[in-house]
Amino acid sequence: MNTYRLTTPIKEEDILKLRSGDIVLISGKIYTARDAAHKRLVESIQKGEDLPFSLKGAVIYYVGPTPPPPKRPIGSAGPTTSYRMDPYAPLLYKLGLKASIGKGKRNEEVKNAMQEYKGVYLGATGGAGALLSQRIKQARIIAHEDLGPEAIRELIVEDFPTLVINDVYGGELYVKPKL
Amino acid sequence: MRIIKAENIYKKMKEVILNAGTNLPKDVEDSLKRAYEQETSDIAKEILSQLLENSKLARESSLPLCQDTGVGVFFVEIGEEVKVEGEYIGDCLTRAMVDAYKEGYFRKSLCDPFTRKNTGDNTPPMIHYDIVRGDGLRIYFMAKGGGSENMSRCTMLTPAAGWEGIKEFVVKRVAEAGPNPCPPIIVGVGIGGTFDYAPILAKKALFRPIDDVHPEERIARMEEELLKAINELGIGPMGLGGSTTALGVKINVKECHIASLPLAVNIQCHSARYKEVVF
Repeated sequence: MNTYRLTTPIKEEDILKLRSGDIVLISGKIYTARDAAHKRLVESIQKGEDLPFSLKGAVIYYVGPTPPPPKRPIGSAGPTTSYRMDPYAPLLYKLGLKASIGKGKRNEEVKNAMQEYKGVYLGATGGAGALLSQRIKQARIIAHEDLGPEAIRELIVEDFPTLVINDVYGGELYVKPKL
Repeated sequence: MRIIKAENIYKKMKEVILNAGTNLPKDVEDSLKRAYEQETSDIAKEILSQLLENSKLARESSLPLCQDTGVGVFFVEIGEEVKVEGEYIGDCLTRAMVDAYKEGYFRKSLCDPFTRKNTGDNTPPMIHYDIVRGDGLRIYFMAKGGGSENMSRCTMLTPAAGWEGIKEFVVKRVAEAGPNPCPPIIVGVGIGGTFDYAPILAKKALFRPIDDVHPEERIARMEEELLKAINELGIGPMGLGGSTTALGVKINVKECHIASLPLAVNIQCHSARYKEVVF
């Protein structure tokens, strides 16, 4: 198990180094998107419209933060459950997404897309929203403000802590329940 | 007739709701501490230590424990000899929640089911009312997260399925949910009633403190048996392996139709924000 510090945009060679179980500390710009924002991103792609951010080497964080209290860039900001984004994720990986950050299992289509297009799925600790928000230094809404907590935000993070759940080699960190 | 001023209910409930978002109940925190001591896997210990640190930070900084500050769920047990004066109690509770979510910088997480347009103020809360004997007023509040709620299920078993069938369904549900509901979880199990009643039993079971032992010995034994079976799944904190998949299992039972065995499993994440207030 290794620890890597990666800065966005992420290069394919960096992704190829990662194995499930590795710790990845992310710095730079990452983008928030959850349920409603994913629907809109994919609709924009289908219509051939420009996206609010470039997917090349991008990292998407599945989060709907709490509003920022005074003097803070963002409120509590832990990961939401990822499987709800599964219907949209393969296309985003195809178009250059290098990592998504969330919690919980992904389906086979997403895992296959990650292997094919060289992307990873990173897990952050669910329910540690106060703690994780400390690693977010700046936040601003860049699209779909009407979605409130689901708006697309650009975050600037420093050493944002994640674990590689799914790597490009078919590795998976979640344990299989002993039934 | 006992008169209770709506304004007093508003003030108290607003304070309780604000507090719930940033303060993990002591029984939950203690249980996470015990789990930390008992876990042998490094990754499980690491996750539990992050959760304990998160709890401390949330309490000290007034940042919400989790960004999902939840849907507001109320259970109101109101005595038939009580008159709430000044405002309809439903409006009063809604106002308390709306103001607490605004003041606490909590997330507004409710939307239209079709357009998905956010209601903007976390309304409506889900309020259940029971009219009970006497002149008491008891209000339970829970800030229920969507991730664990999504992993909850209800089924209608046949009477032949019995305890073994119940156990199998609950354990399989937790196994299938895996890392998704943010383990370590608390499992509320509603057994009996009707199709609508079993989930309410399950949700109400989540208001029992983790260290509470069911007064009926046979149910207490069932809770222990289920907890053991769930923790033997090895899912562990965040699904990364370990002996703490659930912190507790709480069962709530009611008689049912001779043809039925309704069963509901309501999963609660480790951010178990609940409170009981007696007026």
